[in-house]
Amino acid sequence: MGNSSSMLTQYDIEEVQEHCNNTFSQQEIVSLYQRFCQLDRNGGGFISSDEFMTVPEFAVNPLSQRLLRMLDGLNFKEFVAFLSAFSSRASLQQKVEFIFKVYDSDGNGKVSFNDILDILRDLTGQFIAEHQREHVLTQVLEEAGYTKDSLLVPADFIKILSSSDLKMEVEVPVD
Amino acid sequence: MSKLNTSSSELDLDRPNIEDYLPSGSIQEPHGELRLRDLLDLSPTLTEAAGAIVDDSFTRCFKSNPPEPWNWNIYLFPLWCLGVVVRYMFLFPLRVIVLTIGWIVFLSCYFPVHFLLKGHDKLRKRLERGLVELICSFFVASWTGVVKYHGPRPSMRPKQVFVANHTSMIDFIVLEQMTAFAVIMQKHPGWVGLLQSTILESLGCIWFNRSEAKDREIVARKLREHVHGADNNPLLIFPEGTCVNNHYTVMFKKGAFELGCTVCPIAIKYNKIFVDAFWNSRKQSFTTHLLQLMTSWAVVCDVWYLEPQNLKPGETPIEFAERVRDIISVRAGLKKVPWDGYLKYSRPSPKHRERKQQSFAESILRRLEEK
Repeated sequence: MGNSSSMLTQYDIEEVQEHCNNTFSQQEIVSLYQRFCQLDRNGGGFISSDEFMTVPEFAVNPLSQRLLRMLDGLNFKEFVAFLSAFSSRASLQQKVEFIFKVYDSDGNGKVSFNDILDILRDLTGQFIAEHQREHVLTQVLEEAGYTKDSLLVPADFIKILSSSDLKMEVEVPVD
Repeated sequence: MSKLNTSSSELDLDRPNIEDYLPSGSIQEPHGELRLRDLLDLSPTLTEAAGAIVDDSFTRCFKSNPPEPWNWNIYLFPLWCLGVVVRYMFLFPLRVIVLTIGWIVFLSCYFPVHFLLKGHDKLRKRLERGLVELICSFFVASWTGVVKYHGPRPSMRPKQVFVANHTSMIDFIVLEQMTAFAVIMQKHPGWVGLLQSTILESLGCIWFNRSEAKDREIVARKLREHVHGADNNPLLIFPEGTCVNNHYTVMFKKGAFELGCTVCPIAIKYNKIFVDAFWNSRKQSFTTHLLQLMTSWAVVCDVWYLEPQNLKPGETPIEFAERVRDIISVRAGLKKVPWDGYLKYSRPSPKHRERKQQSFAESILRRLEEK
């Protein structure tokens, strides 16, 4: 139960900073490390799904299961890299690419109709019927100049999302 | 606008609904035609998730705060070392002796009283009450408890319950020292459990097991019976249902506020100057927690007996519970968070997630119709 922050040296912090393209300040990284150790209850060097789910605010999130698959087994460096998209210093492109990665569950660099439908199902649950969901998505895709069979690449996402004001920032508490 | 009313779980006495406690409808609804980017933009949901990963109010409630290091100074460090020697080599053994004497005195009086005075119930009750108060004073003395009590002492009368915020099992000892309360408590294993089932039982304390649904009904029934009995010890409930680190209050279970009794709030605030009195039951057993207290300089705390409150006309038990929580939080300087302390032991129900899904689905459907 010692003072965990003292275990990060200047080198470690710089290494982590480099890994996340300097999107977090050194103090923020120390803070994140304390949080990481707090969540990693059994001290395995990574946060297990069960440990993430002990945070009720995370557990009730409709996308929690999907995010857990991305978070599974991350060490601290990767954990910070995961969160870097939420830094105020991250570019719009980084943020959009993060969203793309959430959609692209098989990691092949392309998002299909079904990928989007899967997310939509997570977000709306039983409150929209399956056929209605498909109908809505087809319609909206066509209006934007795509079809049901289009495969979207990151560039498409950037084109689509950069026109909206994306607010995806999380403040790391620093004491 | 859709009003989401909670219809289910009204019967469930012990499980508060988070939504009932939150201010309703503050997020502004997006308008206009539904476009592809509205569907693809996951940023609100993702931001929420990442925010919870980085920091969340629930985990904060149960974090033991390490004391501020003050001794890392070449002049103070030897003094601190001297302090360690005094605390462990001198104070601690002395306190063990005090506690042992306490137990000897207590046990040698309690058993005769308990078994020999079978016919004189009134006298026996009074003596037992006095003895429990005595042993609790010994406990408080064993950590050099410096307790300041403010406000009028609790009186014994029917139809009232006392509710207090909960930091550690020592709250109970601190309060018991003054007045022999009957308390509602989780069943504990080990020596604490033994005390519960032998000695505290005679005060009319009620035990339950958090995980047993059946126990809840039994407790609810016993509660009613106890409160309406004229000669019973005053009842003490920790409505948070779990120990919180004395910086926050989690939601109060409404059980205590549904009895139709006067509720007397008690606020307890520990001063952390010497030791953190929060019992982090995940990390340490009660015995280690006591040892930690017994090797510190002192346990300093303030107890306020606050003005009794009654259910106002038109007020629901939940609103009443929140009002009392307000009173206690303000007095003890605690922050309120809208979480159920039992989430420490279980996952939040899928209802909360469904609520989020429902509002998103409704906004999609509405915008679709606007075309």
